[in-house]
Amino acid sequence: MGMTIAEKILAAHAGVPVVRPGELYFAGLDLVMGTDVTTALSAEVFAQMGAQRVFDPDKVALVNDHFVPAKDIAAATLAQTMRRFAERYGIRHYYELGSSGICHTLVPDEGLVSPGDLVVGADSHTCTYGAVGAFATGIGSTDMAAAWALGESWFRVPETFRVIFRGRLPEWVGGKDLILRVVGDLGEDGARYKALEFVGDTIETLPMAGRFTVCNMAIEAGAKTGIIAADDATREYLKGRATRHGVYHRPDPDARYARTLEYDVSGLEPMVACPYSPANVKPISQVEALPIDQVVLGSCTNGRVEDFRIAATILKSRGVHPKLRLIAIPGSQAVFRQLLYEGIVAVLAEAGATISPPTCGPCIGGHMGVLGPGERGLFTTNRNFKGRNGHPTSEVYLSGPAVAAATAATGKITDPRTLMG
Amino acid sequence: MASPVFRGKAITYGDDVNTDVIIPARYCTSFRAEELALHCMEDLDPEFLKKRRPGDLIVAGNNFGCGSSRENAPLAIMGAGIACVIAKSFARIFYRNSINIGLPILESPEAAQAIAEGHEIEVDLGAGRIRNLTTGASFTAHPFPEGIRAIMAAGGMVGFVRARLGVDAPAQPGRERKRSQG
Repeated sequence: MGMTIAEKILAAHAGVPVVRPGELYFAGLDLVMGTDVTTALSAEVFAQMGAQRVFDPDKVALVNDHFVPAKDIAAATLAQTMRRFAERYGIRHYYELGSSGICHTLVPDEGLVSPGDLVVGADSHTCTYGAVGAFATGIGSTDMAAAWALGESWFRVPETFRVIFRGRLPEWVGGKDLILRVVGDLGEDGARYKALEFVGDTIETLPMAGRFTVCNMAIEAGAKTGIIAADDATREYLKGRATRHGVYHRPDPDARYARTLEYDVSGLEPMVACPYSPANVKPISQVEALPIDQVVLGSCTNGRVEDFRIAATILKSRGVHPKLRLIAIPGSQAVFRQLLYEGIVAVLAEAGATISPPTCGPCIGGHMGVLGPGERGLFTTNRNFKGRNGHPTSEVYLSGPAVAAATAATGKITDPRTLMG
Repeated sequence: MASPVFRGKAITYGDDVNTDVIIPARYCTSFRAEELALHCMEDLDPEFLKKRRPGDLIVAGNNFGCGSSRENAPLAIMGAGIACVIAKSFARIFYRNSINIGLPILESPEAAQAIAEGHEIEVDLGAGRIRNLTTGASFTAHPFPEGIRAIMAAGGMVGFVRARLGVDAPAQPGRERKRSQG
């Protein structure tokens, strides 16, 4: 019996020829990633563990992203603790303001993840890196400290669900709509402790930005990881970024899947997740015309250059509705620079957008656009739990960048296909 | 290790209780359990802090602790004096975090289904036994896999890693000599 991609990567890193779902292994790690909000606790626990050094300073990444630029003194102190840890232990991939960004946008763009890698990160959306054919999953701060000390982590081999997308995506429909549809079908725990393997001709032709979006939200269905087989598009993306070649795993033809979901996407509508769950998903036709106070474009889900190109196309010559606030947050300094070069920052600013420095900010109700009592937002982020993005009575709808830009133009939830003809 | 027995009242919640409502990110500039405890569950259940007594238990539905990886969530629950969380199932990062920091958790769909708010519950953690003292019903939780029991036996991940690194091992005579010579 063959193996899925997740099983192949775990077997390779556990040093065994074959793994089966349910088995528990300690496996070697290619990258351990932490952020300003999770690293300070890890640093304290690392000291309690009596560790003298991190297992490999070249395999540790520390990224300033959640509460940066520091939103208050406590946040500044967290970042300071991470900065000192990075200096003390000679961490090679430490990202300071000015060259940093949202970890899941930055880390693959910096070439730190290669196909076939086993990655853990002290952030639940670490599963994003599955888009380059890696097994990547979120952990907590104590697990991260243990990973720094040991260079390995324990893994229970997950069963794999295969998600097949077939057909050509309609215009203004993209990766976010694919994954929202899947999360909506599976529910918040439908893929709990499973790996999701995304396949099919839709995925094969989906640009890398869309693949990152798809894998990013695997956790929203409870999945341990989401994986897309690395291919020529991955190879092209990694050119000039990654220093390691990686292993381009493909699933065995007789790999066993616990479940298979199949979609024909040629008629897929833009999707929207309604309060208070990313699994409360409806086609846009059911939520159209709902007034919105604030739109946020950005996050590790949709803060890439491609997302802002879509938004700029829709907002050019339209402008932001006077009663709505649009906050645009480039995913990283590199994304921000590219948006400047392409004139997209100008288009968005002229349309009336507020441009924020790269940060997680409002996605976690941190800063840069937290919602007040009873306010309603539409965000391109990944979670809309009660109270996550601001006051507990505020509400957030989740969508892709096309719906967000169309909504910013009209002041109410809008199908980009009606706006763009 | 002695098998701890807890006795307390049940505070019940439904499915998919996420870590954002257990402890909102706006308070996660702290990772001190006693500070986090002041805001535990406040967006989901503003009464939680008033009604919970030290030693009480949280009993919840499926996928408890889903969402963000923040370890502040089990820390907040510990800080609030909750002795144990029983759920139909746990989200995987919350499950790992709880094992790692030593927050007692038990998975038992049957117990979680049968226990109501205010029921008096007794838990024998080592045996995985849950007794509903109010109704007299008794349940056995899903056993922990062997690899996870090893972490629990070490009192959590800190003890486990210290043992792996050998930092608590008595100094070897050979090494002692070397050091005194150097």
